Amino acid sequence: MSLLSEVGQKAFNLGVPLSVHLDVTYRCNERCVHCYLDHDDHGEMTTAEIKSVLDQLAEAGVFFLTFSGGEVFLRRDFFELVEHARRLLFNVKIKTNAVMIHEAEAKRIRALGVDTIQISVYSHRPEVHDAITKLPGSLKRTIEGIRLLKEQGLKVTIANVLMNWNLADHGEVQKLAAELGVHYTLDPTITPKIDGDTSILELRIPGQELREVFTNAALVPNMEEFCAPPKPVTGDDLEGYSCSAGHSFCYISPYADVFPCVQFPLPTGNLRQQKFLDIWNQSPEFKEVRSIQARDLPVCSSCAHVTSCTRCPGLAYMEGSMRGPSTADCEKSFYRTGVPTANMLAKGLDKPTFTTLIQIRPLAVVS
Amino acid sequence: MSETYVARSSAIAARMLAGEMMVMNSMDSTFFTLNEVATAIWQAADGRTPLREIVRTRICEQFDIDPEQAEKDAEQFVAELSQHGILLVSPEPLGDPHPQEKP
Repeated sequence: MSLLSEVGQKAFNLGVPLSVHLDVTYRCNERCVHCYLDHDDHGEMTTAEIKSVLDQLAEAGVFFLTFSGGEVFLRRDFFELVEHARRLLFNVKIKTNAVMIHEAEAKRIRALGVDTIQISVYSHRPEVHDAITKLPGSLKRTIEGIRLLKEQGLKVTIANVLMNWNLADHGEVQKLAAELGVHYTLDPTITPKIDGDTSILELRIPGQELREVFTNAALVPNMEEFCAPPKPVTGDDLEGYSCSAGHSFCYISPYADVFPCVQFPLPTGNLRQQKFLDIWNQSPEFKEVRSIQARDLPVCSSCAHVTSCTRCPGLAYMEGSMRGPSTADCEKSFYRTGVPTANMLAKGLDKPTFTTLIQIRPLAVVS
Repeated sequence: MSETYVARSSAIAARMLAGEMMVMNSMDSTFFTLNEVATAIWQAADGRTPLREIVRTRICEQFDIDPEQAEKDAEQFVAELSQHGILLVSPEPLGDPHPQEKP
């Protein structure tokens, strides 16, 4: 186990919020076809409010801080927020589309000691990338932004969300990342829109295509091990927990709502009404999330994949129960190994079938 | 005898976790956890206080360690962290990039 993993495990065991994902806005200059957010401002936190949240996060022991959105650079105070975060000695990561990054911004990011910048690239072809972002010229501007960040010696990761519009392009995007000297990561997860609209789920890549992604040695270096049938389950395996959401990680929306994860829309409190540590330590919802072990999952505890599945409790919650299966992960386990999941067997299915999901809604606008 | 001054790099992130200081350099993602003595040196590395004085006032007195041995250990520790860009070392006083904060 690496030192970083050891520290992560220690934070998990102690219930210390080691990592926080903070969306500073949902506004964006792109209109990506798969995006789950609306792009209006329902009452974003002010500069002073976010600085106060950052102070509280530092006091709570948060080390890894991700600034995301929306597009973070649409906030005119964004650098002021990053500067405050760095003064508090957070390890800062930024997620952006990079179209607003010019030389001055790249230099400022470097000077502030930001750790990593993650940038979405959907295709190496402008006609595909720009059609997905609905911003003409966006691929060119994004790549220029990446080059400027690299010139400053910064670590950049290209995030390639896979959907049926760009399914054929991931190999070329990976090559582009190599040419630019940046990391590459691929994600086939598409979730419903914040307003409950599930139409964008039609963009998800078909299950059999997932199999091709999982067995692509260029994408999965340890492919044989990755796709091997699951090992027999032991009693100790059922003592395990799903993921770090709510244990050592949480998500904060631009409206100060706190959730276990950006993909786990269980409201736990609002930082305009309560202190962060009060929510983190006292929220009944956080306590419930932390109490759930693998053996408490009615379907998944009997699944052959229970130890190796990437089961997302947030996606399971969106399906109706945080103790239930996450069908998207059932699909990944099935197409990765060819072994049916307990969820499929219970439903008598020969392949996973999706159900309707709900999504994060700002507490302030929930009626 | 010439003095050694140490300051924390502006590229680092740091936080206490269960009594240990986590330190990470954003330039190359090197990650350390520091024990109690190393943490005391790191926190005192303001660029203005000579290392010898840090060892005498922050280490020997608080941790009851032999001064000669403590100085040798501190020099080794400082050399290692400076190789990873986490501490800056100079024979002249340095500015502290994080004068206000205590992680």
